[in-house]
Amino acid sequence: MMAIKRGSLYVVLILIALLLFFPIIYAFLVSFMSTKEVLMGHLIPKSFSLTNYIDAFQALPLLHSLINSMLVSIITTIGQIIVCSLAAYAFVFIEFRGRQFLFFLFVSTMMIPWEASIIPNFVTVQKLGWINHYAALTIPFFATAFGTFLLRQHFKTIPKELHEASRMAGLGHLSFFLKVVMPVSKTSLVTLGIYCFLTTWNSYLWPLLVTTDERSRTAQIGLRQLHAQENVTQWGVVMAGVVIVAIPTLLVLFLGQKHLQKGLMDGAVK
Amino acid sequence: MAMENPTTTGQVPSLNMPYRTFWEKTRRFQVALLFLLPSLILFSVFVFYPLFRTIYLSFFLTNQKGLPTVFVGFDNFIQLFQSADFLQSVKATFLFILYTVPASVVISLFLALLANEKLKGIHFFRTIFASSLGVSVAAASVTWLFIFNPTMGVLNRIISLFGIQEINWLADPHWALLAVSMTTIWLNLGFSFLIIFGGLQNIDQSLYESSSIDGAGYFYQLRRITIPMLSPTLFFIMTVSLINAFQTFGQIDLLTGGGPGQTTNLMVYAIYKDAFVNFNFGKASAEVVILFLLILIVTLLQFKFVEKKVHYQ
Repeated sequence: MMAIKRGSLYVVLILIALLLFFPIIYAFLVSFMSTKEVLMGHLIPKSFSLTNYIDAFQALPLLHSLINSMLVSIITTIGQIIVCSLAAYAFVFIEFRGRQFLFFLFVSTMMIPWEASIIPNFVTVQKLGWINHYAALTIPFFATAFGTFLLRQHFKTIPKELHEASRMAGLGHLSFFLKVVMPVSKTSLVTLGIYCFLTTWNSYLWPLLVTTDERSRTAQIGLRQLHAQENVTQWGVVMAGVVIVAIPTLLVLFLGQKHLQKGLMDGAVK
Repeated sequence: MAMENPTTTGQVPSLNMPYRTFWEKTRRFQVALLFLLPSLILFSVFVFYPLFRTIYLSFFLTNQKGLPTVFVGFDNFIQLFQSADFLQSVKATFLFILYTVPASVVISLFLALLANEKLKGIHFFRTIFASSLGVSVAAASVTWLFIFNPTMGVLNRIISLFGIQEINWLADPHWALLAVSMTTIWLNLGFSFLIIFGGLQNIDQSLYESSSIDGAGYFYQLRRITIPMLSPTLFFIMTVSLINAFQTFGQIDLLTGGGPGQTTNLMVYAIYKDAFVNFNFGKASAEVVILFLLILIVTLLQFKFVEKKVHYQ
């Protein structure tokens, strides 16, 4: 009886996994097909030749846009970790007048979707001369309420005695923050890092608005152009582009899934 | 490093000196402010100022540069509510929410329950179930664009096996919004699954053990233990999915461009077009204000009605 139950569970799991993963497999398979194979509607390519990948890199400055995305995602991740951990520290370890109010102010930013501020932000970025610069793609995302809360949850678990002891030892706030708090919070810093990297790499609307020349485009916008350029004829090339753009984040997700899951739960629900 | 000494020495003399200056009394506040300053500056420039600026702009006509020219009071809003296009985009947005949010949550819950079974190799399936979180809106949309392709795409090939006539998924007004919703649900599943699965893992196992002794079956446990204990997580993921649905843009831009016949012209896409294609910042700002209010109302309503039924430990 148990064996039957287990067997049927596996069947269900495999079927669902295939169904869910199908778009990714499909993109991967089509990326190796010639135009003729695509037109015939084949599901499995005849050979795994890399022609489409070479074409995808030649059709556009795709490599350049990948480097842009990588740098933008890394800068945003580091910036967000620094800015959010500083703020989280103040909320946990410094008792000051107005803490409640400032905390409420941070919470309220969660109620304001990014899209709601996009028009003035575009004008601001334009006035600052940040159009087509990394600054526009990174700096506005350094401060987030989500990141601050996630880290705050973790900082709260650091024993207060540790803070007392370090004060006795003559450590000021900044050294306590750098030498004690940050090192013991590695896990949640990694969680925030993974989450931030994924969301930045995948962002679409804002990079579309603030980058206008080819050299500053991110990979997502590169994909949009690739699709516009090759639309009807070269699906194999377009799919090669999809696979190239999706690989870095899929890797980050697969490697960091445990971290991400635990950290997100701690930050989100508690 | 410069602020180490002031903080430590600032504490000690204050104990035996009755006359503290204002500077000394607010020392902790100043230190806290230093830590909070980067966030506060960024929030002011990129969150609070734009919000008020948007509200301000929504009462004006604007020129090509996006600068306000003539104050028109509520005219932008009145015109929006009389415009069939805008009402259509509101309607499409609510339909889209209806198609995507409940389905995403229910399917993710089902996946999470499956992934919570103790089986060999279950980690592999968990990774697969979460995989769409690692796929960007652009990559997913382009893939689905091909899946929906009327002649070459796999979807029509599958349905033709069942003798169903080919469907022009993205160009047929009856199907376009559903097709966009399908793509969106698939994109949502990774994140929702991960959150709900995390919630499942946090449930105290002893609850199940004691009820098993009482002879409770799987579905009884599901109804009496799992769902109630999971309700805060379900509530959280519902709110997040709802807010995300209101903000949908990438799928529309790549899959349909708002068509056919504006059936998929969701609010953020309409705002994008009015603001950055037609450069009508006044009208677009009014649309943003309405979107913001809608998100606010829906979130508050959800808190009011759903929160009551949510079980917290």
